[in-house]
Amino acid sequence: MTDPTGYTPRDWGSHPPYIYADYKSTPLRGPTRPLVPLKATLSELTGPVYGHETIGKLDADLTKNGAKNGEPLGERIIVTGRVMDERGRPVPNTLVEVWQANAAGRYIHKVDQHDAPLDPNFFGGGRCVTDSEGRYRFYTVKPGAYPWGNHPNAWRPNHIHFSLFGPSYLTRLVTQMYFPGDPLLALDPIFLGTPEKARDRLISKFSIDVTEPEFALGYVFDIVLRGATATPMES
Amino acid sequence: MAENFGQTPSQTVGPYFAYGLTPEQYGYPLKEIASGRLASEDAEGQRIRIEGKVYDGAGAAISDAMIEIWQADAKGRYAHPADPRGSNADFRGFGRFGTGTDPDNRFIFDTVKPGASGDGQAPHINVTVFMRGMLVHAFTRLYFSDEAAANAEDPVLSSVPADRRDTLIAQRQEGPGGVVYRFDIHMQGDAETVFFDA
Ligand SMILES: [Fe+2]
Repeated sequence: MTDPTGYTPRDWGSHPPYIYADYKSTPLRGPTRPLVPLKATLSELTGPVYGHETIGKLDADLTKNGAKNGEPLGERIIVTGRVMDERGRPVPNTLVEVWQANAAGRYIHKVDQHDAPLDPNFFGGGRCVTDSEGRYRFYTVKPGAYPWGNHPNAWRPNHIHFSLFGPSYLTRLVTQMYFPGDPLLALDPIFLGTPEKARDRLISKFSIDVTEPEFALGYVFDIVLRGATATPMES
Repeated sequence: MAENFGQTPSQTVGPYFAYGLTPEQYGYPLKEIASGRLASEDAEGQRIRIEGKVYDGAGAAISDAMIEIWQADAKGRYAHPADPRGSNADFRGFGRFGTGTDPDNRFIFDTVKPGASGDGQAPHINVTVFMRGMLVHAFTRLYFSDEAAANAEDPVLSSVPADRRDTLIAQRQEGPGGVVYRFDIHMQGDAETVFFDA
């Protein structure tokens, strides 16, 4: 089945709902009325294009891009993966933006009041553009867990925030990458808001092949965006 | 049928997106890829400002939402390979703004008024809403109050229940600084903005 105007729909069996009661800020913020179906037009089949010219030299190395007088503290890691569509076709030349807490679980953000130390050598934000095979790669340190106010003794699992555009307005994705074996995952309403069958897709895999000897542990996180069912605008 | 990979689930942008996605706006030392200023001095077209607030279900203005807009240039052309006409070189058409820096928690975009793209749609801007407390972003559209004739013919607007179309119309105001279109986004309530399953 091909729809000449474009993309597979958002798969609501894979994405969390707008309102998920255990995540306590959703009930007043998510839309409550049914979404109105929209057949993609030129406005949706196009979208922002940011290429390699967008990227500064240290943007993909979070161990260096915030350094003032040394290296950030924490466990150095490599995070890499492929951005692809639902048929496994690479999504090349697309912007990947990331942000995360430092190794102590503290964000540099001004409203983060968690009583854990800032690291003078860690900023926590970065970006890169996928290569011709859809691959991206970051160097960073493993982010720490941090407490939040959702419920008593609530802690976010270790995670890295990701933001991607993909080839059109429709492929936009903001998500979070988690780490394998984290005991906080089973208690986290943001992770658990995701339909069960799709949760594993948010957890990176440790890889000894990506790990660089005597330098940094490697994690692989592949990202699947909505796919084009046919070449846009070719009908 | 080829192997099918499941879509990576969406997760919330959270409360701390600012230094990653809108760093210069919030005063962090990272160059930002996009801001509330879409139109350079050289971009063709009528200069307009778009501003509004994002309200939660209790009627409070939300201070940690991030709004993205995507639009055609003044001639209705998109800066993207799927639009063979391309755009004029000085207009990319993408803006991003967090509601945490304005004292009234407004989002503010300085741009040009988009032209009609020639496919029967009225001039419009695509708007995407992200925030803490939303696990999935929401798509909506902004139309212009001074385009009543074109709006009446617009196929997307026509697909929206008539009593909710107003939620998508930005209201034109002329002020000392120029033309401002006011576009408030209501996540819930009687005036809940229409969001699309695009
Ligand atoms: Fe976070």
